[in-house]
Amino acid sequence: MTSLYDEVAPTPAADVPTRRITLNVNGEDRTVDVEPRLLLAHLIRQGLKMTGTHTGCDTTNCGACTILFEGRPIKSCTMLAVQADGHNIETVEGMASASELHPIQEGFKEEHGLHCGFCTPGMMLAAKALLAENPDPTEDEIRWALSGNLCRCTGYQNIVKSVLWAAKKMRAESN
Amino acid sequence: MYPSRFGYEAPKTVEEAIAILDAHGGEAKILAGGQSLVPMMKLRFASPEMLVDLNTIAGLDFHRVDADGSIHIGALCRHEDLEKSEVIKKSQPTIAAAASLVADPIVRARGTFVGSVCHADPQGDWAAALTALGGHIVAQGPKGTRDIAMKDFVIGPFQNTLAFNEIAIEAVIPAPKGIARGGYLKLERRVGDFATASVAVSLDMVGDTVARAGIALAGVGGRTIDATAAASVLNGKKLTAENISLAAAAVAAAAEPRTDHRGSADYKRQIVKTFVERILTGLATPSQKAA
Ligand SMILES: Cc1cc2nc3c(=O)[nH]c(=O)nc-3n(C[C@H](O)[C@H](O)[C@H](O)COP(=O)(O)OP(=O)(O)OC[C@H]3O[C@@H](n4cnc5c(N)ncnc54)[C@H](O)[C@@H]3O)c2cc1C
Ligand code: FES
Ligand code: FES
Repeated sequence: MTSLYDEVAPTPAADVPTRRITLNVNGEDRTVDVEPRLLLAHLIRQGLKMTGTHTGCDTTNCGACTILFEGRPIKSCTMLAVQADGHNIETVEGMASASELHPIQEGFKEEHGLHCGFCTPGMMLAAKALLAENPDPTEDEIRWALSGNLCRCTGYQNIVKSVLWAAKKMRAESN
Repeated sequence: MYPSRFGYEAPKTVEEAIAILDAHGGEAKILAGGQSLVPMMKLRFASPEMLVDLNTIAGLDFHRVDADGSIHIGALCRHEDLEKSEVIKKSQPTIAAAASLVADPIVRARGTFVGSVCHADPQGDWAAALTALGGHIVAQGPKGTRDIAMKDFVIGPFQNTLAFNEIAIEAVIPAPKGIARGGYLKLERRVGDFATASVAVSLDMVGDTVARAGIALAGVGGRTIDATAAASVLNGKKLTAENISLAAAAVAAAAEPRTDHRGSADYKRQIVKTFVERILTGLATPSQKAA
């Protein structure tokens, strides 16, 4: 499969050097040919056609493009796709199973943690990284961990409540 | 937005990375955390012909305190590693205070200390902290390594003195002459923003006496400001109220702020003065304050 910028050309020009990379996306190995300048966010959205990862600002400020790279949150608009070679990434599409929402998704539903939903995938992945490290965070710790993710709608209150809800459920499940 | 075309190499060793830089004669750039370089390339402020990724080189992600008390921070040590570090909390108060104030948590998970120092942003937090600490960069090139003191490393906005074929492999904070004390205060408009103004203070204390002082400023000039005159006010002295206000006045004089959307020049000058007073007063012992 070849992923290049739609805006540049649908197929690579013959003289553009590409690299073959293999990355694991939500548990599945994907092999793609990419131009070095392809950003990971664009590979995910345009190349792999997984549009749950959003691009808001495209300037490393908003966190809408947040995914997990080896379990750590990164802004995928600010990493090159070639840098994911040999690595595991997780996007919002990897959170729910066929039958069940992830507890964090459930929390956002229960506590009305979204309005337009544009920031939500990034928020949930940043929250997932936090809860993996700190299963019982305080409200302050949640606010701090999500401070790289901007929301234009909710005023954040319900997002924080959603993560608290999820943390509680996840703790109960792991007991 | 996407960058203009470039080649990409993912070397496995520092030597290999240096050879690639060398072969490209100034047209190649090192990619560390990419949190400054990639945004600049997307805006086409930077268009290197070749990127040399450090992230595939093993063994650069360390930070450690050596037996002699010096602290070593490898080229791939991320901001977050320092923020969460127990040894830093115990041994280096200036770094510990600054670590959680750099950018936002997601940028901190990726951006590197050394990359930030190399980037030499006049608003960058780490170049100011490392300057106050009297630190140096270890640069490795085709002919081996050399140490570059911070005062000779950052020479202007976004300008460092590495040769085109050199890599900053680590930053070193010298062992304190006594007990390391210090602090970092930053004014930002919102979490994750660059400094409106910030102040890094490092003091090596022997009893109540300052054996060595370092003070550096970010956001209040065209480059990182090493407030040497303010530091020399404190050298060999006690942290009395009088010495503190002399140092604060010297800091205000050293600042070269400009009025912009973050605030007026006068406001920023007042901020750095207040920050220095606050940090030093917080570090003074009751007996010093009484003196
Ligand atoms: C939203 C946002 C907010 C931010 N806020 C702040 C802030 O408040 N304070 C602050 O200080 N910074 C801030 N930054 C910048 C951030 O700290 C960067 O991580 C840092 O400036 C650069 O480090 P990096 O590892 O990402 O370097 P890169 O972006 O990879 O590189 C930066 C430059 O340094 C060179 N370089 C990197 N490593 C080396 C090396 N080992 N040897 C030689 N050259 C090298 C590169 O070639 C490039 O020119 C912010 C960034 C963003 C996106
Ligand atoms: S789109 Fe990546 S941070 Fe905004
Ligand atoms: S719900 Fe609309 S941006 Fe957050």
